[in-house]
Amino acid sequence: MAQTTDKKISANNHFAEEWVGRIYTTLCVLVLVTTIVAMVYFVASRGLSTFFKNDVNVLELLTGLKWSPEGQPPAFGALPFIFGSFSTSILAALLAAPLSFCAAVFMIEITPKFGRKYLQPVIELLAGIPSVVYGFIGLSVIVPFFRDVFPGQGVGIAAGALVLSIMILPTMTTVATDALASLPSGLKEGSYALGATRWQTIYRVVLPTTLPSLLTGVVLGLARAFGEALAVQMVIGNAPFIPRSLFESASTLTSAITLSMGNTVSGSAHNNALWSLALILMLMTFVFVFIVRWLEKRSKL
Amino acid sequence: MADKGISVKDLSVYYGDNKAVKNVTIDFNNKDVTALIGPSGCGKSTFLRTLNRMNDLIPNARMTGEIWIGDEDINHPKTDVVLLRRRIGMVWQRPNPFHKSIYENIAFGPRYHGLKNKSQLDDLVEESLRKAALWEETKDRLHTSALKLSGGQQQRLCIARSIAVKPDIILMDEPASALDPVSTSKVEELISELKQDYCIVIVTHNMHQAARISSKTAFFLSGELVEYDNTETMFTNPVKKETSDYISGRFG
Repeated sequence: MAQTTDKKISANNHFAEEWVGRIYTTLCVLVLVTTIVAMVYFVASRGLSTFFKNDVNVLELLTGLKWSPEGQPPAFGALPFIFGSFSTSILAALLAAPLSFCAAVFMIEITPKFGRKYLQPVIELLAGIPSVVYGFIGLSVIVPFFRDVFPGQGVGIAAGALVLSIMILPTMTTVATDALASLPSGLKEGSYALGATRWQTIYRVVLPTTLPSLLTGVVLGLARAFGEALAVQMVIGNAPFIPRSLFESASTLTSAITLSMGNTVSGSAHNNALWSLALILMLMTFVFVFIVRWLEKRSKL
Repeated sequence: MADKGISVKDLSVYYGDNKAVKNVTIDFNNKDVTALIGPSGCGKSTFLRTLNRMNDLIPNARMTGEIWIGDEDINHPKTDVVLLRRRIGMVWQRPNPFHKSIYENIAFGPRYHGLKNKSQLDDLVEESLRKAALWEETKDRLHTSALKLSGGQQQRLCIARSIAVKPDIILMDEPASALDPVSTSKVEELISELKQDYCIVIVTHNMHQAARISSKTAFFLSGELVEYDNTETMFTNPVKKETSDYISGRFG
C-alpha cells in the first residue's frame, strides 16, 4: 500500500516538472515574440505615417533624388541613400566573398591543423572589434590613401565598401569554414579515388557541393554590411546625392538616420521620414533572412 | 608485365604509434575476386586503403613495405599518387555520389584524364552504366541528380564511376553492407561480372557474401594476416583454429 502511494507521488512530481518547464519556456517565447512584434509595429507605424500624415508619395520617397526635409518645399527623395546602402554593401560582399572562400579552403583543405588551431581564432577575433575602431582606421588610413591616389576627397562608396568588407570578412569566413568542414569526407575520398588532384577536388566537388552554405555566409555578411551605421558614416562623407564616382561623398540609409535623428522633433515630417528609412532597412533585413532560409533549404537536398 | 595483380610484401601501417597492419605479405590475382574478412578493427579496411594510397590523406598514418602492381612499387615515395589512383578504383560502404547529375558523376573522372569529346564521353557513360547494370534504369534520366537514386542504385553508380576511368584494380570496402537484400544481390551479381576484367579486392563482414563471390579469402585478426587460401578451403577446411572459430561464429 505504502509503495503505491510513493509511486503516485513521484508520478505527480514528473507532471509538475513538465509543466514548470513548459510554462517557463512558453513565457520566454512570449516575451520574445511580443518584443519583436512591438518593434515592427512601432517602426512601421512611424515609418508609414510619412505617407499617411505628411502626404509624401511612396514612389517619391523610393525614387526621388532630392533629400531636403527642412527645405521649402520639403523634398523626401531617399534614392541616394538606398543606392548608397546597396552599392556599399554589395561591393563589400563582392570584395570579401572570394577572400573568405579562399581563407576557408586554406584552413580546412590545405593546412587543416595550422588553420583550425591558429588562423580561425585570429579571424574570429576580427569579429569582436567594435565598429567604431574599424571606422576610425578607415578614416585615418583608407581615406587619406584614396585621397592621395584617386581624385576627390577620399571619402565615398569605395572607402565605405572597403571598411565594410573587412568587417564582414569574419562572418563570411566562419560560415564558409563550417560549411567546408561539414562536407561528408566520403565525397572528397571519392574524388581522390578517381584520380582527381586536390585542386580538382576542391574546385569540382568541395565548392559546388557547399555552394548554398557558402552563399548563406555571403548573404549574412551582406545583411551585416547593410545594417552597419557607425563605421560607414565615418568614411562615406554623408552628402545626400548619388555620387558620380566611387570616390565622391555619398550617404547610406543608416548614416542618414544616425546623422539626423537627434536633430529632429518627434512627430515632425523629417522625423517620420527617417522612420521610413528605418522601415526600408528593416524590410531589407527580412528579405535577407528569407534568402538565407531559402538557401539553407536548398543545401539540405 | 601482363599480369596486373597486386603483390604485397611485408606491409605495415601505423597510426601514430599504433601498428594497425602488421607485416602482411599477400598476392592478389588478376581477373579474380579476393575477399578480406575479419572482426571489426582487425586492420582489413586500413590495409585496403593502403592499396591506393588513400591513407596518405590521414595526417599521422605511415606505412612501410612494398606493394607491387606489375613492375612498379606503388608504396615508393616517388609514385605519382594521382596517376596511381586512376588505375585503382575504390567503392565505399556508404554510397558517395557527387551532388551532380548521373551523367556528370560518371564523366567526372574521364574529364580529368583528358576526355573532352562529347560523343566519346556519351559512349563511355553508357558503357560504364551498362557494365554496372544501371543503364536500363537510368537512361531516361541521365541529367537528373544522382542523389534521387535509391541507395542500391547509388552504389552501382559509384561502381560505374570507378569503371569509367578504366582501372586495372577495384577495391571495395563493404560495398553492400548498407544495402537491402535485393540491392545486395544485384551488387554481388555485378561483382561476379566484373571479375572477368578486373582484379577485385573486397572487404566484407558477411561470410556468406565472401563465400558466394570470392575465389580466394584472406582472414585478418589484430592487424595480422592469419590465413589466406582458396575460399572453398577456407570455409570448409581452415588450417588455423582462429579461422575456423571466426568463420563458424564462435567469436568476432
